[in-house]
Amino acid sequence: MEEINALLGGFSVALSPLNLVLMFVGVILGIIIGVLPGLGGANGVAILLPLTFSMAQQPGGTTSAIILLSCIYWGALFGGAITSILFNIPGEPWSVATTFDGHPLAQLGRAGSALTAAFTSSFVGALIAVIMITFLSPVVAGFALKFGPPEFFAVYLLTFCAFVGMSGGNAAKTVASMMIGFALAAVGLDSVTGTLRLTFGFTVLLKGFDFLIAVIGLFGIGEILETLEEGLAFKGASAKINMKVVLETWKELPRYWATSLRSAAVGCFMGIVPGGATPASFMSYGLARRLSRDGKDFGNGVVEGVVAPETAAHAAGTSALLPMITLGVPGSPTAAVLLGGLLIWGLQPGPLLFVEKPDFVWGLIASMYLGNIAGLIVVLTCVPLFAAILRIPFSIIAPVIIVICAIGAYTVHNSMFDVYLMVIFGVIGYAFKKLGYPLAPMVLALVLGDRAEENFRNAIKGSQGDLTVFFSNGLVGSLTGLALLLLFWPLIRTLLRVLQGKPAG
Amino acid sequence: MDKGTDRSAASTRAVEIGVAGVILLFGLVVAIDSYRLGASWGDDGPQPGYFPFYVGLLICISSAAILARGWRNSALADESFVSREELKKILTVLVPTIVYVSLIASLGFYLTSTLYIAYFMWQLGKYPWIKIVPVAVGVSVAFFLIFEIWFSVPLPKGPLEAALGLN
Repeated sequence: MEEINALLGGFSVALSPLNLVLMFVGVILGIIIGVLPGLGGANGVAILLPLTFSMAQQPGGTTSAIILLSCIYWGALFGGAITSILFNIPGEPWSVATTFDGHPLAQLGRAGSALTAAFTSSFVGALIAVIMITFLSPVVAGFALKFGPPEFFAVYLLTFCAFVGMSGGNAAKTVASMMIGFALAAVGLDSVTGTLRLTFGFTVLLKGFDFLIAVIGLFGIGEILETLEEGLAFKGASAKINMKVVLETWKELPRYWATSLRSAAVGCFMGIVPGGATPASFMSYGLARRLSRDGKDFGNGVVEGVVAPETAAHAAGTSALLPMITLGVPGSPTAAVLLGGLLIWGLQPGPLLFVEKPDFVWGLIASMYLGNIAGLIVVLTCVPLFAAILRIPFSIIAPVIIVICAIGAYTVHNSMFDVYLMVIFGVIGYAFKKLGYPLAPMVLALVLGDRAEENFRNAIKGSQGDLTVFFSNGLVGSLTGLALLLLFWPLIRTLLRVLQGKPAG
Repeated sequence: MDKGTDRSAASTRAVEIGVAGVILLFGLVVAIDSYRLGASWGDDGPQPGYFPFYVGLLICISSAAILARGWRNSALADESFVSREELKKILTVLVPTIVYVSLIASLGFYLTSTLYIAYFMWQLGKYPWIKIVPVAVGVSVAFFLIFEIWFSVPLPKGPLEAALGLN
């Protein structure tokens, strides 16, 4: 099959000595980032992105750069599990479900088992997702080559409506957050008409707001401020992993093959829908608890209770890259940052990328396999080191993290204004998180806003102002229809229940 | 954490209404300015203000809904958004950070970062100067080596670097 050929070609690109080194460096950096508060996956990648500029200028450099960044992503995914299990502090939102059984296991002295189970499940989940990506992405990309502006806008619309309809939280707050992102994206020079929008005479706003600054501020500074409320110390269980524990746990894991497969399926599916890694982990934990023989022991330290959420979260986090590379639609804030990176390096994410730059795409996909293997090796061997990082006193590590964030914000455009902006976004991020305004839609809107608007305008121009262009053919019509369905899903569901005579809500 | 004796600095309801109000104002600003640019159909396509106008409108509608809901929900008034102790903790980090960031432009990045880390180690960690100086200076030197020399990424410099001839 040609996918295998293309994949093998990708491996030859990914297996260069430089790229292998970058893979391990990326994974190690990613784990450190995942372990430290205030430097999550999205934030860490955002800070390191400007440093890859010079790398991306060289031939083949963009492949090396994306390998580095995506390995940081995997590393952060692994790192989140470490803090969840040892310190009961979820390093990422999707690690929350891992704390349910992970931390009790650590408290029972079985931290090594919990960590091994978590890392191995993550690996399995990610691997299944990558295999899916290998075979599905050329199909989706080929399909998407037929997309025109109306279809692309419909895909964006679907993404955003999915957020609103499935947010579970407050729909009004999701809409507000998302629209703020769009408004911020609109600030600056309008590329189509050349007019300045929403700048109010401030020349510093000419370039508009960069999503990287927003990410560093919202997810970095904001998270540190939130962590401060908990108190200024991290106390956690100690972690020792030796080969005996690893092998014992590995012998135990195949028992849970059904849970693994089911969680991976949930994760793969939810990952493609934006915002999916977190609900995927909760959903698969809930399913596992209901369907497993040991279900009633969940919450007290059951290895299966770690396997389910970790497999799902990593499958989802990985499959979120599928819409990113095939359609140019990121499924999570970190994927959005990676997408932004592609744009900055001068690549056009979307179906054309498969056609124009197959080396890059398949090199990336190949590195997903390798990066996960690298990640598994690194975490299994180095966990005590990473856990020790959190023992550094808060009074030292907090300012250092903030200094790193400031450097990250500055190096994007060599602009001090961005650093001030980062602090402002930090306060906004803290307030929004506490009040329940979701941040992911804002970031996605900030990244995608301009392109969504561009496609909307082109679509409408083509149809001379006729909005029915979004229902003009089967494909775009079903996308738009699905978008509207998801948008109004909570209302529809309530209506259905009322009609069936059940209590509403 | 024992919140029994910890008084609230602000009720959730107050903050919810306040934030929704600010967002509403933001939405109005966006909508009005977009309207000024033209929010309807131009000669050969939507005017530049078209898209942002509806975005602003949606901001206004959603924030008004949040505001109304917060207003009517009196239960939120009993809920504390942040307690005095928590607020103090946050300000102990936020205020120095603001000072740090405002000084970078004039004093240069490395000097301000050294002072910033030193301040935290002294104020929060209560370390003696003997331990503070090597760590704070060491970290800044490390950053210098990493960013200036290894990554060739210039960071703002001030009088200290000029005096040392490191510009």
